[in-house]
Parts: sequence; structure tokens; C-alpha cells
Amino acid sequence: MPRLIRWRDGAAAWGEDALTAVDDDQPVPHGDVLVSLALFQRERRSLLGQGRNLGVIMGPTDEPESLVVDLPGLSVVALTFPKFRDGRAYSAARVLRERLGFKGELRAVGDVLLDMSVPLIRCGFDAFVPADASVPEQWTASASRFRHVYQRAADGRPPAFAERNDLSAVRV
Amino acid sequence: MYRYDEIDREVLADRVAEFREQCDRRLSGAMTEDQFKPLRLMNGLYLQLHAYMLRVAIPYGALNSAQLRVLANIARTYDRGYGHFTTRTNIQFHWIKLRDAPDILRDLAEVGLHAIQTSGNCIRNLTADPHAGATADEVDDPRIWAEAIRQWSTFHPEFSYLPRKFKIAVTAAAKDRAAIRIYDVGLRLHRDADDALSFEVRVGGGLGRLPHLSPVIRERLPVRHLLSYMQAILRVYNRHGRRDNIHKARIKILVASLGAAEFARQVEAEWELTDKAAIDLPPTELARIRATFARTGFETLPAISTVFEAAKADDRAFARFARNNVMPHKQPGYALVNVSLKAIGETPGDASAEQMEVVADLAERFSLDEARVTYEQNLLLPHVRLDDLPEVHRVLAAAGLATPNITLISDIIACPGLDYCALANARAIPIAQDIARRFADPALAERVGELKIKISGCINACGHHHVGHIGILGVDKKGEEFYQLTLGGSAEADAALGHVLGPALAADRVAPAIDQIVEVYLRERRDGERFIDTFNRAGLAPFKEVVYAPAH
Repeated sequence: MPRLIRWRDGAAAWGEDALTAVDDDQPVPHGDVLVSLALFQRERRSLLGQGRNLGVIMGPTDEPESLVVDLPGLSVVALTFPKFRDGRAYSAARVLRERLGFKGELRAVGDVLLDMSVPLIRCGFDAFVPADASVPEQWTASASRFRHVYQRAADGRPPAFAERNDLSAVRV
Repeated sequence: MYRYDEIDREVLADRVAEFREQCDRRLSGAMTEDQFKPLRLMNGLYLQLHAYMLRVAIPYGALNSAQLRVLANIARTYDRGYGHFTTRTNIQFHWIKLRDAPDILRDLAEVGLHAIQTSGNCIRNLTADPHAGATADEVDDPRIWAEAIRQWSTFHPEFSYLPRKFKIAVTAAAKDRAAIRIYDVGLRLHRDADDALSFEVRVGGGLGRLPHLSPVIRERLPVRHLLSYMQAILRVYNRHGRRDNIHKARIKILVASLGAAEFARQVEAEWELTDKAAIDLPPTELARIRATFARTGFETLPAISTVFEAAKADDRAFARFARNNVMPHKQPGYALVNVSLKAIGETPGDASAEQMEVVADLAERFSLDEARVTYEQNLLLPHVRLDDLPEVHRVLAAAGLATPNITLISDIIACPGLDYCALANARAIPIAQDIARRFADPALAERVGELKIKISGCINACGHHHVGHIGILGVDKKGEEFYQLTLGGSAEADAALGHVLGPALAADRVAPAIDQIVEVYLRERRDGERFIDTFNRAGLAPFKEVVYAPAH
């Protein structure tokens, strides 16, 4: 079972992964499963509406828009970082959260490192499977380091321009 | 100038603390160089041939005297007494020790400077017209919009790991002094008939292995939507730019392969779905930024200065400086003064700590506390009273900063080349020095007139060779340094990529070939033609014939 870190209310903690990952060429077992987008699209009818928790794992070239009608039936979408330097999943995450309104767990998998904590959380991820030996305490510290941000993203943090507008008392 | 408020200062303080901790982990051995590399690169710290190089961002090339003094102090305390200003209007320190880097960043942060996003595949420090706020030919102050982009792009969570680096240039003037067509995004401000401001948006310019001049993807973008439109451009690029081949990963390749029209369609489709109100700056914030650039210190002066006119009549050296390095200002009685970092025989773009302090003092005393860096690797004092020009010239000349060669043949752009850079194939600096020495006579240089030579030590083209009137590219031929010449490039409004003259030349043949090319030009030119005009009329043939004529 992979080590899973969840982000809730400004802090990271170890989490239980309730989903069983299923390979594309395996029969889909009963219960809560994590399947690829290809498998999901092939077995969509039998996977949905079974009263189970369902997760879809997407590769870097998979389009999040392809899930639009099914998102309410998914509890987890996992986005893959083939390398930490490959930032496509950040855009996919923001599209899922801000445009498609996905409310379930958004999980970062692949080459996921502690130093990515800020962009991951800001783009809407709330679960991480770290590829390094990092632990939740480090994620909390790393993600909380910056007191301000300059732009709106998926995390709801007010950007500097909103802080300035709200706090007429920002000292110069 | 923009002034940091408490929020801006706390962002820098948080970054300095983070980097100090990362350096400590590396120096203690808790982190390997492999693990540290991406982190140091996020802070502009490169490992070069001989030492670490620290690249400090100078947002849109604007500096005040306090900032220049800190740069001088870093050069003196942590480096070998000098720094190198680059074609991206940054400054590089080439002899840095890792253990000093956190203290350097702390010193920089004291005056609102940093090395954030000066490397890595992110949105880099942006450039703007160095004449901003001083030139009569601009429709607005481009720094307002450059500052808006600076803030929006700083630690952008979605765009920190793009396919490749991403560079933006902004101008508001008809004359392009920011080389916007060779940028990933080039923005030009327009004022429309109804007085509304809009941007002409170009995307997909760039030099390097596959040079492109950017096409327009939107003629008129209302300025209030700048950031949401930028987000749409960057999102299309982040999702669809190539990541399988580093040489094809820049946005220019995506734009060229889709075609400008299809790329524009995808950006517009993305933008349609964007919650613009969430991303674009509210009018209050734009007004706040605009107010920081408002210039109130100008005196009401006559347009003609008798002091200036008398000094020109008395002193031929000063008159030459005034002709070549002093440019008109929008405010009567003021001028822009170019500070040449191209003294004959010196390294283009280098300034010593003492020289930086001289410019800092002059900026404080005579230029409303402002100095600028130009992409042509010179400095500029943007707001000098005509009456003060003789004194400014005297002080500059005493510091070796008054070479009267702006836009002339010895005002050469050169990258650091093989003297410093691990990527280079050949040296650039000695070639520039050789050429400049041949045109050391200022009367000769003036007779030749505007001629822009640009030298790169490798195909990455940091020296902009593709867009030089004469471009020089260093190549490696079986372990020997050779140089390929191109003619007819331009980085300005008439932007063009140069044409290859012929086979690459050995190092000792380059300066003589430049002599020959200039001779052909002087022979062929018609009234008032610059070198580039003569080339565009006469073509490559007469130049090629002379340079590659069989030896007698």
C-alpha cells in the first residue's frame, strides 16, 4: 500500500488509501477501486452506480475535460507526474477544480516531491503519494512557508492585490 | 519607480529563509548535488566552468541608487570586483561561493532585489522599454504592466514547471527598444481612437537553434484583461507544448507547428472559459501600481539649455558624447543619458563595483534616483537636466563610462562565451574586443554610423546574433573556435533574421572580415543609408565576394 498524505485545513497527515489499484488487463474486483482513464472509459457502465468509491488515474496527456459528465460519481482523481519537472498536472488540477467543479479527492502520484508542496496545494491537490522519504510534518512546514501569494488559484487563498484592497492598513 | 510594500518584502524574506535552509542542507551533506541542483536553479545559481554564477533579476531593467550600491557591494565583497549586465537586463556575478549565496540574497532583499525565476522552466524576469517614463513616443508607461506581470508570475503555482523557459517583453512606444519580436510573448501598448488602451499580443518569438520572429495572435486586447489572457496563453502552452525534446520545447515551436491562427483560436477558447474577474487585477490595484510610477520631480525648464549648448561648442569630446549617447526626453530641459559599458578593449556589459557606484551617485544627484539597464548591455540615466549634462559627462568620462558609441560599431552585444559559460563552443569577449579596437577612433565609428554587432558563443544565442546587423556565432570545428557571420538581422520594429554570409571563419579572420564588410558598406552606401539599409538594398553578394575572395 502506497504511503498517502492528505491535506486538510492547512495541515498534512498520513491517510488511509481505501482504493485498490487495478491494472488495465485485470478483471475489476468488487469494492473501491482506482482505475486508469482508459479502463474507466471501457468499463464505465459497470464501474459507475455500484455504490462504491471509484477513482480514476490520469496520465499527463489525458484531458480532464473528458471526465466532465462523470466527475460527480468519482471520489478520487489521481494525476500523474512522470517527472517532477513535468508540470502538466498543475493545469489539469486547476481545470478539474475551478472549471469542472470537482469536489472529491485530487491526488498527486508519480515523481511527487516535498519541494512541490506549494504549487500542488495551490492548484487544488489535497492528497499526495510522495516519491521521496518526506513525512507529513515536513509537508505542513513547507506548504506554510510563504505568507503571501500573488495570484488566485484553486486553493482560495487571497492574492496580494486582494489583501491590499481589504487591509487598507498594509504598511509601505 | 515601483516601491515594495510590506507584502512584497515578506515574500522576499520568506524566500531568503527557505534558500538559506536549502543551502545549509547541501553544505552539511544532508542533500546531494543532484537533489540541490533544481533548488539552486530556482534561485538563479548556476554551476559554471570555474565557480557558481548568480543571476540577479532586475525587473524591467529599472534600478535606483540604493539597489546599484548593493550590486556594487556584492561585486566587491563576494565576487572579483565586477558584475556582468546581460541582454535580459539582469546582472550576473561569475565568481560566487555557495556558502555566500544566502547572505547575498539577504543583502539583495534589503533593497527589493532577488534572483527569483532567473533560471528554470518558468516565467523569467521580464524586460521593458528602457526609455519608459522618459520618452515622448510612448502611449503609456509600460512598467505599470510589466510590474503587474511581475507580481502575477512570481511563484505562479501552475506555471513553475513549463516545458521550457518563458520570457516576456513589454513596450508602449513605436520604436522597439525591447526586442519584443524575439520574445516568447511580446506586448505592445496601443492607444485607440476612443483613448482606450489595448495590447497587441505577439507569441512565439525566440532565437536559439530554431529562430522565430513572433506573429501577432491578437490585435487588440483590452489592458484590463492582460493577466487572464496571459493565463490562457500559458495554459495552452503548459498543456500542449512539447516536452519530449528540449530543443523543441519553447512556445515558438508550438506556435509554428499549429500555425498562429490555430494557436490563437486555442488561446481564445481557453480564455472564453476563464473566470476573468478572479484573475485580472482590480482597478484599485492597477491604480496603486500606476501611482508608484508617476513622476512628480520634474522642474519646469526651458527646452534649450545655454549651458548645454555652450559646452557642446567648447568641447568636441562632449559634443560627440551628446550626439551619440544623449537622447531627447519628453520633459523640456531634460535628456536621457546612455552610459556605455562598451569601452574599447573591455568586456561588453561588465561594470566594476566603482563604476556601479559612480552611476548610483549620478542617478541620485542628477536623474531623480533612477537608472536603467538596456538589453544592449548598457546603463542609462533616464532623467538628466540638460544643464547638468557637462558635469554628468565629466564624471562618467573619469570612470571610463563615457565612450561615445551608443548604437555604433563598437557598441557590441556579447554573451560571456567560453571564458565563463559551460554551454559555449567558443569565446565571444575577445572577438568583441578585437573588433572594437579596430574602430577605436570615434570619428571613424561615427562615420560608419549605426551598426549593431551581436556575438554569441553558441547556438543558444544569448548574444542575439541572429538579429545583429552583423551577427557572429561561435562554433566548434574539431576542437577549434570558428565563427559564422550573418548579415541583415534586426531586433527592432523592422525585425529580421540575418543571412549566413558563408563558411565559418577562424578566430583571427573575424575582425579583418568586419573591416572588409564595413569597407564594402562605405563604398556601396547611398545618402543617409545605415548599414542595414545598404544591406537590404544590395543583398549579400557584394559582402560575400570581398570576405571570401581568394587571398592574393
